[in-house]
Amino acid sequence: MAAEHYNYWVVVILMMAGFYVVIRARNLVKKIVGLNIFQTSVFILYISIGKVAGGSAPILAPGITTYSNPLPHVLILTAIVVGVATTALGLALVVRIHEAYGTVDDEEIQTQDADP
Amino acid sequence: MTGSDLPVLLVIVPLLAAPLCLVLRRGGAAWAVALASSGYCLYAAYTLLGTVRAGGTLDYAMGGWPAPWGIAYRIDLLNAYVLLLVAAIAAVVVLYARVSAAVEIPRHQHARFYAALLLCLAGMLGITITGDAFNLFVFLEISSLSSYALISLGRDRRALTASYQYLIMGTLGATFILIGVGLLYMLTGTLNMVDIAGRIQGLAGNRTLLAAFAFLVAGIGLKLALFPLHLWLPNAYAYAPSVVTALLAGTATKVAVYVLLRFLYTVFGYDLAFADAFLHYLLAALAVVGLLVASTVAIFQDDVKRMLAYSSVAQIGYTVLGISLLNQTGLTAALVHLFNHGLMKTALFLALGCVFYRLGSVCLDDLRGLGRQMPWTLAAFVAGGLSLIGVPLTVGFISKWYLVLAALELGWWPVAVVVLGGSLLSVIYIGRVVEVAYMQPRPAGAERVREAPLGLLLPTWALVAATFWFGIDTGLTLGTAGEIAGQLFGGGR
Repeated sequence: MAAEHYNYWVVVILMMAGFYVVIRARNLVKKIVGLNIFQTSVFILYISIGKVAGGSAPILAPGITTYSNPLPHVLILTAIVVGVATTALGLALVVRIHEAYGTVDDEEIQTQDADP
Repeated sequence: MTGSDLPVLLVIVPLLAAPLCLVLRRGGAAWAVALASSGYCLYAAYTLLGTVRAGGTLDYAMGGWPAPWGIAYRIDLLNAYVLLLVAAIAAVVVLYARVSAAVEIPRHQHARFYAALLLCLAGMLGITITGDAFNLFVFLEISSLSSYALISLGRDRRALTASYQYLIMGTLGATFILIGVGLLYMLTGTLNMVDIAGRIQGLAGNRTLLAAFAFLVAGIGLKLALFPLHLWLPNAYAYAPSVVTALLAGTATKVAVYVLLRFLYTVFGYDLAFADAFLHYLLAALAVVGLLVASTVAIFQDDVKRMLAYSSVAQIGYTVLGISLLNQTGLTAALVHLFNHGLMKTALFLALGCVFYRLGSVCLDDLRGLGRQMPWTLAAFVAGGLSLIGVPLTVGFISKWYLVLAALELGWWPVAVVVLGGSLLSVIYIGRVVEVAYMQPRPAGAERVREAPLGLLLPTWALVAATFWFGIDTGLTLGTAGEIAGQLFGGGR
């Protein structure tokens, strides 16, 4: 059972690992890394559900009748672009935060804001 | 520019106007572009609502590809209603932005600011108009990414951390939605909402469907700032520039409510979504606790913008409460409140923007005695506040009246008491501002403050006037909302 659905296990493990880093990490850059792992798990979810058992790569060729579904791949290309944009914006914010606070540590930022 | 292409133009015009702002580079020119395109959106949204009211649901196949192969825009009364709200708020806010942004945003950022504002608008209109679940995710991210950038333009450095926090939570929410859409695609092999809805009937109890449902509701809850997923909202609203706060308060959470309704009623359908009454009680409980806690926290805020932000969380509670009651009156109340709260909260934040324009602060202490020096601004604030409390003849009264009726219809009289109790709490926090501004003298040695310029006052008062107009003439709001509620229940039952 587990071996049959191993792709979902990979997804779940990656997703929880990423989620844990987002919640637990104090370093703002590490949080973004966690967010990336979290998003990547969803990319894998989409890509793996596009596989049709016994299907070939979705390139038209003579003699092949069963193809894998290319649509999830196309969808996830869009999601990857969105992910890259989010990462870039997040990192840009971290740079600005570092300029303003002199640190990228979540708790230190909070103490700085608590007593200005 | 034929009328039949209006649905796509509504999204394309602001989307293309955004890079145009960047090319023009000059703040004034960018503002003119933003004003023209948001004005066009308002016109298009108004026309669409008229068309849909007269002729029923409108289908638009993108690029001529018929649904479910192509991306389809499907405009029924619910979309058209939310589109009009978003476009109207955006047009007023852009009108206001010229004067306000001049003092709150560095000059060299103006063109980028308007570009981000237009992208945000295009994203929100896109979310509302699309009939494709994946397309919705993409537009959601367009509007979210630009709103993170807009929030970070605030002058306080805490705007940066607020924006970062929102980015993390917003991305988690959007990714949850992406997972939900993926699972639905897995089950049905389609992304078209109507198509999905047709194919998942009879799958009740399917575990993948249940997981998709859970991910979608949680993800939308995050974007909606549904208590207790609201943690990003107070800071984001408090530290963003006044214009941005006004825009987001009036539109972003409203669009999220729309997405929730769309998935609950159109995609899953009433029978699947509320099959075991779990969501019925969960949403009601979260809404009640949320509105009480957030209203109470609002009372203890010294930053008035932050106070209104917590009040927004409470108002989301009212809206969700209306949805959770699961009767037609409740849904009508939620839809009316969606519109009404958009009007009044934007008016309140615009009034605060006027104060900020003159004082550079919206702390309660700095507002002492301001009632006499900025009479029009503070009068607008009081008028908006009365609406928030729910005084008769204002829009706030209409939505709360129907909410109480809906709760009583269900026999949930404690909930009706909570709604009234929430109003009393808002009397306290609005009262604090009124007391400080009107009863206390100006601090000794403080400079005389002049009234805000007309460029700020006119848009503010336009919205304030709307809160009274729609409080008395409820034909557009209540009439449409009732019809939508009827349609949603008609389709699901």
